[in-house]
Amino acid sequence: MLMETVARWFLDLYETTGINLTIVYDAYDRQRFLSGLGMTIYLAVVCILISIAIGAVGAWAQGSPLRVVRGLVNGFVVIFRNTPPLVQIFFFYFGLGQILPRIEDADGMRVPILTNVQWAIVSLSLFAGAFNVEIFRSGLEAVPRTTTEAAQALGYTRLGVYRHVLLPLALRICLPALNNNLVNLLKTTTLAYAIAVPETLYVSKQIWTDSQNVPVMMIVLLIVYTLLVGILVFIMHRWEKALAIPGYGQGSGR
Amino acid sequence: MSAPPPRRLEPSEAGAPLAVLLPFRPPPPAAFAWPRLRLVHLVGIAGLVLVVGGAAHAQASGARLSALEVIWRWLPLLMWGFGFNILMSVLSMALGTAAGLGLGLLQIGENRLLRRVAWAATQFFRNSPWLVLLFFAMFMIPFQFTVFGHTMPLPDWVKAVIGFSLPVMANMSEIVRGAVASLPSGQWEAAESLAFSRRQTMWRIILPQCVKRMLPPWMNLYSLITMATVQASIVGVSEMLTLTSQVHAAEGGRPDLLAPLYGFAMLCFFLYCYPIERFTLYLERRFQLNQ
Repeated sequence: MLMETVARWFLDLYETTGINLTIVYDAYDRQRFLSGLGMTIYLAVVCILISIAIGAVGAWAQGSPLRVVRGLVNGFVVIFRNTPPLVQIFFFYFGLGQILPRIEDADGMRVPILTNVQWAIVSLSLFAGAFNVEIFRSGLEAVPRTTTEAAQALGYTRLGVYRHVLLPLALRICLPALNNNLVNLLKTTTLAYAIAVPETLYVSKQIWTDSQNVPVMMIVLLIVYTLLVGILVFIMHRWEKALAIPGYGQGSGR
Repeated sequence: MSAPPPRRLEPSEAGAPLAVLLPFRPPPPAAFAWPRLRLVHLVGIAGLVLVVGGAAHAQASGARLSALEVIWRWLPLLMWGFGFNILMSVLSMALGTAAGLGLGLLQIGENRLLRRVAWAATQFFRNSPWLVLLFFAMFMIPFQFTVFGHTMPLPDWVKAVIGFSLPVMANMSEIVRGAVASLPSGQWEAAESLAFSRRQTMWRIILPQCVKRMLPPWMNLYSLITMATVQASIVGVSEMLTLTSQVHAAEGGRPDLLAPLYGFAMLCFFLYCYPIERFTLYLERRFQLNQ
């Protein structure tokens, strides 16, 4: 009942002012748009989690005594930071996706190992992960050496020092930079559009192609992404507050 | 009261003056180290493996051209596309820097209303995805406009340049605001006591000092915008990525060619952006020493 009233009002709005918000009064468009929004959130959340894991593991591997491991991590970081993310996505999806062998699905069809959504997750996570490695490294460098030495004196192993002492401290130091990069990652999910992942931008384009309401959808898109970024920043700030140790870091112990 | 007896000097320091008595010499700034070849080698090897791997794959399946030969044959076209990317990045950077400087100065200006508006615009454009802003520019800017009776067409790539300059503008605005805020307020007070007007203070005292602080993040931004220009291929501007897929189609659309071709595009951008990143790091380190 309420939905109908709202839909009628927006239909009226269209007839009187020309502001055509099909995503509100048209059930099909609304469904499309919401699923696109869901895909964007799904991509963002999964990529954020994987990229943080990559960052943490990569920063640990950068402190490895083995030169080969250090060189490999450095190479990974440098390559992914200095090449366009869109070309990375194309390289993975078109380049590697074509070379990798195909598997048979339940119906006996030969399908690629990874779908376009999965390739988008892989390449976006690697892209953001490369930045996260650098961010975690700067956080690790800011932890005083004496802390590491104290932990070693208490008998922690190298992994133990990292997991229980260094990483928790480094994470708190680098949260602002991490925050920045994760916002960037959220914005970069739009590039999945290029390999036809049905995320917000992709479905919006379908909607404005069908309904000829480009300017309206454009404004909606910009507002939606601003809101999404706002929510992410809000969550990160809450997390930052929750993690703060009294007396450690800038003005956090209040 | 008699002075306490002088501390006995250690034998090692008996001859030399105490370190604190020596005149202070700042450590010399480290010279700019050209990128060491190790990492570049790694990329080169990775690229070679891809290209050679593609070549081996191709040769195994008949008398078709290897990936390396294909890239070599189309090199002029691909390089032309890459040059177009660079051109777009330079133009949008120039446009965005000029607009961002204005917006940044409004953000720290004296008019409250303008300050609010400039802040809102900066946040809005900074938090929107670049691709959405690109779409925004492509669809919202007319394909031609009329000035004094002359109709001027606006080609797609010009609209793309404007689209890229929007996020540059917003980020530049934040860079300007941050740099001005990072100067000690004594600079403002000293200028005021010397009877400089606000405008004079800004242009003759504050901004010249800010240039040094703004340069590293500005170069970072340039590197980002260069890498973003490939997104123009999504909205139909014929740049390197578009040409790459056209080359792929012209060679018969062989799937094994895609990885080497896109790998080559990555290599081009890497060779352009990596030195910029190193130089930025060097500048950051150098300016930190002098502060």
